[in-house]
Formats: sequence, structure tokens, C-alpha cells
Amino acid sequence: MLDLNTKKIKKNAYRITKVRGETASRIRIPGGLLTADLLPKIQEIAETYGNGRIHLTTRQGFEIPGIRYEDMDAVNTLLQPIIDQLEINQVIPGKGYTASGTRNVSACIGSNTCPFANYNTTDFAKKMEKEIFPNDLHFKVAFTGCANDCIKTRMHDFGIIGMTEPQYDKDRCVNCQACVKACKQKSVDALSVENYKIVRDAAKCVGCGECVINCPTRAWTRSTKKYYRLVIMGRTGKRNPRLAEDYLVWTDEAAIIKIVKNTYKFVKEYIDTTAPGGKEHIGYIIDRVGFKEFEKWALDGVEFDEKTIVKGPVYWSGPHYD
Amino acid sequence: MGYQINKTKMNTLFTDLLENYTIYAPKRFVGGGTFADTDCIRYGEISTLEEIEFSEKSDYSFKEVLLPISETLFYFTEAVMKESDPPLKEAIVFLRSCDLHSLNRLDTIYLKNGPVDPYYKRLRDHTHFILMGCENTFENCFCVSMGTNQSTNYDAYIKVTAEEVLIDSHWNLLDQALANAQPFTVVPDSVSINNISVEIPESIPQSVFDSTLWDDYTARCIACGRCTFVCPTCTCFTMQDLFYSDNGKAGERRRVWASCQVDGYTDVAGGHAFRENKGQRMRFKVMHKISDYKKRFDNQMCTGCGRCDDICPEYISFSNCINKVNALVKEENR
Ligand code: HEM
Ligand code: HEM
Ligand code: SF4
Ligand code: SF4
Ligand code: SF4
Ligand code: SF4
Ligand code: SF4
Repeated sequence: MLDLNTKKIKKNAYRITKVRGETASRIRIPGGLLTADLLPKIQEIAETYGNGRIHLTTRQGFEIPGIRYEDMDAVNTLLQPIIDQLEINQVIPGKGYTASGTRNVSACIGSNTCPFANYNTTDFAKKMEKEIFPNDLHFKVAFTGCANDCIKTRMHDFGIIGMTEPQYDKDRCVNCQACVKACKQKSVDALSVENYKIVRDAAKCVGCGECVINCPTRAWTRSTKKYYRLVIMGRTGKRNPRLAEDYLVWTDEAAIIKIVKNTYKFVKEYIDTTAPGGKEHIGYIIDRVGFKEFEKWALDGVEFDEKTIVKGPVYWSGPHYD
Repeated sequence: MGYQINKTKMNTLFTDLLENYTIYAPKRFVGGGTFADTDCIRYGEISTLEEIEFSEKSDYSFKEVLLPISETLFYFTEAVMKESDPPLKEAIVFLRSCDLHSLNRLDTIYLKNGPVDPYYKRLRDHTHFILMGCENTFENCFCVSMGTNQSTNYDAYIKVTAEEVLIDSHWNLLDQALANAQPFTVVPDSVSINNISVEIPESIPQSVFDSTLWDDYTARCIACGRCTFVCPTCTCFTMQDLFYSDNGKAGERRRVWASCQVDGYTDVAGGHAFRENKGQRMRFKVMHKISDYKKRFDNQMCTGCGRCDDICPEYISFSNCINKVNALVKEENR
């Protein structure tokens, strides 16, 4: 006779599935990067306790269906080396994931591999993971290397888009205009030519780095400091799906981490405790209490880089079905 | 004369030299590469031994010291013209054997090919060259095939070991400065084998110009010019005359690197471009490097440094192209 606390099970990163008696284990891969030696361990769980199948989740996890609820302890034991190796914050070792509210911090492949990426997305994702896990609140954070936004940060509560501030050394420029063409054709047309040298419209430039990538002489190089565009409160869902909007442009790592952590405090303060499952999406909370109140909490103790542009108050669009 | 001194003494010597010389050497520009968190190794001013990148080949060559990428030649306003001032200090350049051979190609083009170029000459006459050895070949080098793997015409050779600095000096100034140093027999490191070798045909028949060999490059090459900008023996430049925008009556003339691979190179008055096709540009470059130059001077232009192959974003291999041309010529001669 199964006698289960479904709330505890869900918190432990198991799903209550449509099949009576069967659960599914969710294995998160922060930053989306793992070493291949973890795969046999995942395979072992699926073949020993699951139905031999593995679902690849949209948030860069593995979901192993067909696990009997009775086997959760055994599965947790097998999960331990995976959790250890991925350095996931855990309260009781051997007992599986401590919380599942905050979703896997996902990341595009980033500068480990991608030529367009402006930073190491995996490293930043893991750093964020360390700061915010484990946590029961429903937060979605994603990191993408450049404005191409392959991970779709615009669908997240917090989307971090990599930027670089192109540095121009006019003495290395041969006026080939490869940068001008790249910026015009692949980006925002922020470059023009004046007396055979290049002028960058800093207000227009989105920091994509195409000019740097295309310059054959290293006249354009990246800024030493890494910059980010922080987009906030994108979401899918039934009532009002919408894309995340720009909040900060040319911001830095410290400010982003602080703002995300502050937002947890804001949510704890204002969340509707009567919401089903105690779950209310941050975006709806901000809609309810107002952007200014959110911003007051979010910016508490945040220090901006001198280049940072704050684009508040933020307004969102998207269809309203309610 | 050969010497052995310790690193501290070498750096002291550098400090003394810096009074009258600017020292240029391959340097690691951390974060200065094309992609995020990648470095670029190129020439820059140095003041200590430690700043010199000995272990890797530089992405760009030394030529920018003698042939600045963008160089103002003179200023003009109304009826008056004034040439730019030469540098106040003389220069010392660290470079490898293939590059020292490349110096000969630059000299040929700028000093012996018609009138002497005064802007090149005023830098060239005041530059001293210090050879860096090659213990091993780098990935794309083919200096052995080009006969550029060894050099003797250096002002000095410097090798840094774990503890000591070994010097072979052909330069009085250094000999004087090192008068008290321990004499030592120093032979420059050089490679005798590369991973890549090329064979260049004695003469290339006209038929090769019309070969379909070049068509492959038409679609592959993106005409970025990197292969020629990194090349120590490419000598093309263009002119820029400009008027300062808030005056309009004063301006300057600049000489700026140009490349036969990049759009604009064959543009003539009226807007026509003579060589649009990238395969034909490749042909022009390859022929210049391994045939046309040699027709007028006594050696090949290319010195086999392999930088063009190192840098091409489209993985076009110049050395492989030479060998394709060679195979084609052999085929025709059969
Ligand atoms: C008496 C007849 C000609 C003389 C004296 C002459 C002279 C010159 C000179 C001095 C240059 C500049 C070379 C340089 O930049 O170093 C040049 C370039 C050129 N000429 Fe001629 N030329 C003549 C006829 C022609 C004709 C008939 C054509 C074509 C139908 C032609 C096509 C070109 C081209 C394509 C260039 C290269 C332009 C460039 O590099 O921008 N030329 N010529
Ligand atoms: C109305 C008559 C003409 C005009 C307006 C004119 C204009 C020009 C201009 C603007 C250039 C510079 C091209 C550049 O380097 O961008 C040029 C180059 C040249 N012109 Fe003329 N031109 C004229 C007649 C002639 C004639 C009659 C000849 C020879 C018989 C000639 C021979 C050349 C040559 C050889 C060059 C050098 C080509 C090059 O380096 O691109 N031009 N001309
Ligand atoms: S970073 Fe991007 S938008 Fe800015 S100038 Fe360069 S190519 Fe244009
Ligand atoms: S790509 Fe580089 S060399 Fe070419 S025009 Fe732009 S800055 Fe100058
Ligand atoms: S053509 Fe290539 S290998 Fe030859 S000297 Fe130039 S860069 Fe070096
Ligand atoms: S290969 Fe092209 S750029 Fe280089 S020297 Fe020859 S013509 Fe000039
Ligand atoms: S051969 Fe390669 S490096 Fe040279 S212009 Fe073409 S694509 Fe650029």
C-alpha cells in the first residue's frame, strides 16, 4: 500500500506522473555541461530502476521515467556521485536533491566552444547555481553567450546575455570595412567610416562582438571587463506569456548575482501564500505589487558599473488571455 | 662573440638599451584574440625578458615595426607640406629565422625595386635584429623547404634557458656591454625538419593560370585578407589622403596595409574591380609568392613561416595549394 507525501517527493526532484505507482527522477546539469563519465551512471539508473528510457528536458536535464516510488531511496543512492561531481548544493548527502523549486540554471554552449560567445556561460551558470540553490521558489535563470540567445533567455525570469565593449586601435585599422559589413549585415549597423577610420555609435552598439570577430588585424579587440545585458521576467504559461525585457545593459557579474538573490527576498515577502502548491510566478508578483516595489528590493546594496544603463521602469507586452 | 649571463643581468642590459632603443618582440596580448578569452601573440614594446613570448610563434609578424599598419607620411595645409617625424629612438626587433629571411624580401621591395622608399629606409636603417631560435617546428612551418630555417645575418642571437641567457653577438654595442660576461660558444637553435614540406616548380606554365584548381577557392575564401596581413613578406599598401573634418584645409597622407585578397584592391577610377573572383585572388597571391617575385629577384618571396595557414578562418592551406600547383605542373610536364 503506497502512502506518499507528494509534496516531499516533488521537492526531492521526483515527478508525480500520470502512471499510478511510477515516478520520474530529474537530474539537473547546471550550465548544461557534463563529463561523459556521468552518462553510464544515468544509464544505470534508467536501466535498473526506470523503463530504460531517458527524456532530455528543455532545461538541460535528464528525466528518467518509469521509476517505482519504492525505489526512490535506491535511486538517490545512485544519484549521489552525480550530485557530487556536479557540485550541487545538498543539505543531506545521500538523500537526492534538496529542492526543486528553482529550476536548473541553463546555459548555451558559450565560449568553451562557440566563436560568438562573449563569456564562459557554463562557469557563470555554475557560479549562480552555487548562490541560489537549493531553493523552493520557482525561479528560472539562463545564460547565453551573445545576443543570438540560443538558450532563449528571453523566456526566463532572469536572462543573462553576454556583451563585450569593442576597443578600437585606429593605428591597426586598414579600412577593409569587414567590421562595418558584419555589423550592418549581422548586427545593428552601429559602425561607419570617417576619414578612412571607423566610428562606433556607442548608443546603438549591442556589444555582440561581430566587429572583433571579423577584424583581420586586431584593430578591434574585446574589453577586459565582461559586460552583460540582464533581461527580466519572460515567461510562458496560460495567462500572459511574454518575452523578457531589458532591465540592465552593460552590467556586470556582481550586480546580476546580487539582484537575483535580492529577488528571492522580494518573492518571500510578497508571494501569495494561498496560491496552489504555494507557487506564484515572480512576474505575476511584480505585476501585482508594481515594478517600483520590485526594483526597490532588487537593487538593495547593488553597485553599478559606471557603464551600466538602467532601463526601468520595465513594461512587458505579450497577449493577455485573462 | 658568444656569452652566457644571468637573467637579471640581461634585464639590466635591457634597461640600459631602452635609453636609446625601443625593443619590439612577440608578446602575449591576454584576451586580445579573436574570440572571448583567447590571446593574441603579436609585436609590442617590451622592457624585460619575461615579456617576450619565446614558446609560441607570433600570430602576426614583425613587419609592422618597419612597415606600420597605418603610417602618416606627411601633413599638408594650403601650400605647405611637412613630413612626419621619424621615431626618436632606434629599434631592436626579436624575430625568428624565417622572419629574418623575410626582412630580405621587404628590403628588396622597398629599397631595391625602383626608387628607395624613404619612409621604409628611415626605420630600416635604425633597426637591429635579434634572432630567436627554434628548438622545434611549429604546426604549419615549412621553412626547411624554403631554405629559411637558419640565419647568420643577425645582430645578436638570444636564447633563454631555465637559469641563464645565452647570447651570440655580431654587434659591437653588445660586445662592449658584455665585455665582463663569461665567454661561451653559442650556436642558434634551428630546425632541420618540419611537419609540412612543399615543392615549388622551377617554372609555372601559363596553363596553370587557367586551371580549375583555383575554382575551389572561389567559394571557400571569404576575402578577409588575414593570410596577407599576417604574412611577413606581403608588402602591399594603399594611400589615404584626408582632410581634418573641423578645418578642411589641413590634412595628412597615410600609407596603410592593403591586401590582394580584400575587396577594393583592384578597384580603378570609375568603380570597376578587375579581380572580383576569390579563386583568382588566391591564384594571384600564390603566383606572387612562389613565381612572379622570383622572376624579378633571386629568391622566392614566401619564407615558409606558415602564418597564413595558421590564421585562415576558412582552413585554406597555402602550403597545400603550392603542392597542388606542383602536382599539376608535374602532370603537364609528363
Ligand atoms: C600607355 C598606356 C598605359 C600606361 C602608361 C599605364 C600606366 C599605368 C600606371 C602608371 C599604373 C599605376 C601602377 C601602380 O599603381 O603602380 C597603371 C595601373 C593600371 N592600369 Fe595602366 N597604363 C596604360 C594602359 C592601360 C590600359 C590600356 C589598361 C586597361 C585596358 C590599363 C589598366 C590598368 C590597371 C587595371 C591598372 C591597375 C590599377 C590599380 O592597381 O588600381 N592600363 N597603369
Ligand atoms: C577626363 C579624364 C580623366 C579623368 C577625370 C581621370 C581621373 C583619374 C582618377 C581620379 C584616377 C585615380 C584613380 C584611383 O587611383 O583611384 C586616375 C588614375 C589614372 N588615370 Fe586617369 N583620368 C582621366 C584621363 C586619363 C587619361 C587620358 C589617361 C591615360 C591616357 C589616364 C591614365 C590614368 C592612369 C594610368 C591612372 C592610374 C590607374 C590607377 O592606379 O588606378 N587617365 N585617373
Ligand atoms: S559589438 Fe556588435 S553592435 Fe557593437 S559595433 Fe561591434 S558588431 Fe556592431
Ligand atoms: S575590420 Fe578591422 S581593419 Fe577592417 S575596417 Fe574594421 S577595424 Fe579596420
Ligand atoms: S605566404 Fe604564408 S608561409 Fe609564406 S611567408 Fe607569407 S605567411 Fe608565411
Ligand atoms: S600576396 Fe597580395 S598582398 Fe601579398 S604582396 Fe603579393 S600582392 Fe601584395
Ligand atoms: S585565404 Fe583565408 S585568410 Fe586568406 S583571404 Fe581567404 S579566407 Fe581570408
